[in-house]
Amino acid sequence: MASPATSVRRKVLMQGNEAIVEGAIAAGMRFFAGYPITPSTEIAELASERLPAVGGRFIQMEDEIASMAAVVGASLAGRKAMTATSGPGFSLKQENLGYAIATEVPCVVVDVQRQGPSTGVATAPAQGDVMQARYGAHGDYASIALCPASVEEAYRVAVRAFNLAERFRMPVILLADEIIGHLRESVTLPDPSELTIVNRARPTLPPGEHKAYRPGPDGVPVIPDFGMGYRIHVTGLTHGEDGFPSTNPKVVEAAVRRLTSKVMNHLDEIYEAEEDGVADAEVVVFAYGGTARAARRAVREARAKGLKVGLYRPVTIWPFHDERVHAAVAGRRAVVVPELNLGQMAREVARAARGTTHVIPVNKVAGEPLTPGEILTAIEEVF
Amino acid sequence: MAIAGKVPVRRYLRTAKMPHIWCPGCGHGIALQALLRAIHRVGLPQDRTVIVSGIGCSSRAAGYVDFDTLHTTHGRALAFATGIKLANPELHVIVISGDGDAAAIGGNHLIHAARRNIGITCICFNNTIYGMTSGQYSPLTPTDAYATTAPYGNIDTPFDLCELVRAAGASYVARETSYHARQLERLIAKGLENDGFSFIEALVQCPTYFGRKNKLGDPFNMMKLMHERTVPASKAASMAPEELAGKIVVGELWHRPRPEYTKLYDGVIGKAGGHE
Repeated sequence: MASPATSVRRKVLMQGNEAIVEGAIAAGMRFFAGYPITPSTEIAELASERLPAVGGRFIQMEDEIASMAAVVGASLAGRKAMTATSGPGFSLKQENLGYAIATEVPCVVVDVQRQGPSTGVATAPAQGDVMQARYGAHGDYASIALCPASVEEAYRVAVRAFNLAERFRMPVILLADEIIGHLRESVTLPDPSELTIVNRARPTLPPGEHKAYRPGPDGVPVIPDFGMGYRIHVTGLTHGEDGFPSTNPKVVEAAVRRLTSKVMNHLDEIYEAEEDGVADAEVVVFAYGGTARAARRAVREARAKGLKVGLYRPVTIWPFHDERVHAAVAGRRAVVVPELNLGQMAREVARAARGTTHVIPVNKVAGEPLTPGEILTAIEEVF
Repeated sequence: MAIAGKVPVRRYLRTAKMPHIWCPGCGHGIALQALLRAIHRVGLPQDRTVIVSGIGCSSRAAGYVDFDTLHTTHGRALAFATGIKLANPELHVIVISGDGDAAAIGGNHLIHAARRNIGITCICFNNTIYGMTSGQYSPLTPTDAYATTAPYGNIDTPFDLCELVRAAGASYVARETSYHARQLERLIAKGLENDGFSFIEALVQCPTYFGRKNKLGDPFNMMKLMHERTVPASKAASMAPEELAGKIVVGELWHRPRPEYTKLYDGVIGKAGGHE
């Protein structure tokens, strides 16, 4: 098990799920509510051990729905809160995930994806929850979802997930997969003093003058914590700036649109992608999460053979950055999109490419990872 | 216990949010007033008290009371409340729920909140029907009663919700009707003072749907009918089961203090060597 974060950089052997907990605690997580599910269980186990040691609180709830609810409650009480699950549990969490979106409650939801649909193959890797992370709850909203491709990145992405949640007052999905969750590798953890930690804004106006759901210039409201004396009302009914329900079409239209605009107006701030050799590439491989590891190897082998191939690896998969992706793929001979589903992200890439290149999906839903060889074969078929 | 004099209930209401959505003759207002009077009587600080509700007619109460209030998803109020209480045990957390909310979709959360004995007081406004969706049977609708989804009479057996919650581990359980408003207030106050999970079932009339479907007359007649069926718990203790058939046992049904959940978790923090 990892020891608590100390004041120096240190190199440790760590599992992806453990790195998520350590990153979350470094970001200020002090509450975790969860329910056991493979392959995310180690996150709950480590949180139960580590949180009380830093004065935080852990609870194993009666089900996935309740753990999502408890996280929202804890966040409204002022704690940075997280839950973790896998596909079947992620489906159950959608109800209160949608509630957190509508009520603008910061929190982090980890989904360590496994093969589905339904119970699927519990211990097998997959990337089938990409669209659920975007559209899982009913109604219209924008999502933020981050996909780590290494254990070290899992730590960093956990910190960033909390920062984005606090900044934009919304749930942020840490969309890991079984490959990263269960991978053990040597990582260098940052000195906590090197980390940027974002805390939600608290009101500066006194109770009576402050409107809990009035958006600031950035479109994000400043909502007081429970117990601060503001006597706020929080409801999943569509509400106006005072937080109380409204059916006024103008109020409803503005409230719903803002849930998208507060994210999309800050796309460049939220978006993160790695580009490796894309500038002069004839073929771009677009890969994310655990699959990006195999893609990186395939790209390296292709280059060793003299093929001009680059890797485009989004860490932020939602919101999708149409222009960045368009610039990276437009006019190439092809863009190869390997993923452990039947083409959920490939369709987004094709949409962003706007017909300027061939999109070649490489898909696998067998409950095992794509190999570098399988991706390399797809690359070579283009040349 | 003596009833305090005039209670300034309006202090606890968001009068600007009136009128409320409840129908004329609905019992929810009586139950809500009993809760507010109990809060006043116990002296809960208004800025440190959070009221959480789910979905349904009863749950709209959260919007009308002047505290930090959380109107959540259907059935989940207790799960949200658990997060609030554990995250900040210094807050006083009260849940207002209905019979569909607490006993059907939220039944799992109810028994587990009781099992943990977490410091939350839950008031169930039980009108034995889904009012918000206009009259479907709930897990507390009596057998043979009519509802829009029981046009031939209800074949389900209702829960004894107090018995369920007591068995699940609550440290305080009580039941009263809207006819006995002051007694209800007293029982809620005692629940608020209990350090653990307290459950109070407030039986209330729904003249619009339950009363109309079952030809029970006007709201006052419905209250009288409830009154006629009630038996105080003290008297029920010496009555035979056949005498109790069809009766509603009211009063304090259970009070057995045991360690409260967030205080037990303080012990976990101590064992882990943690501090804020």
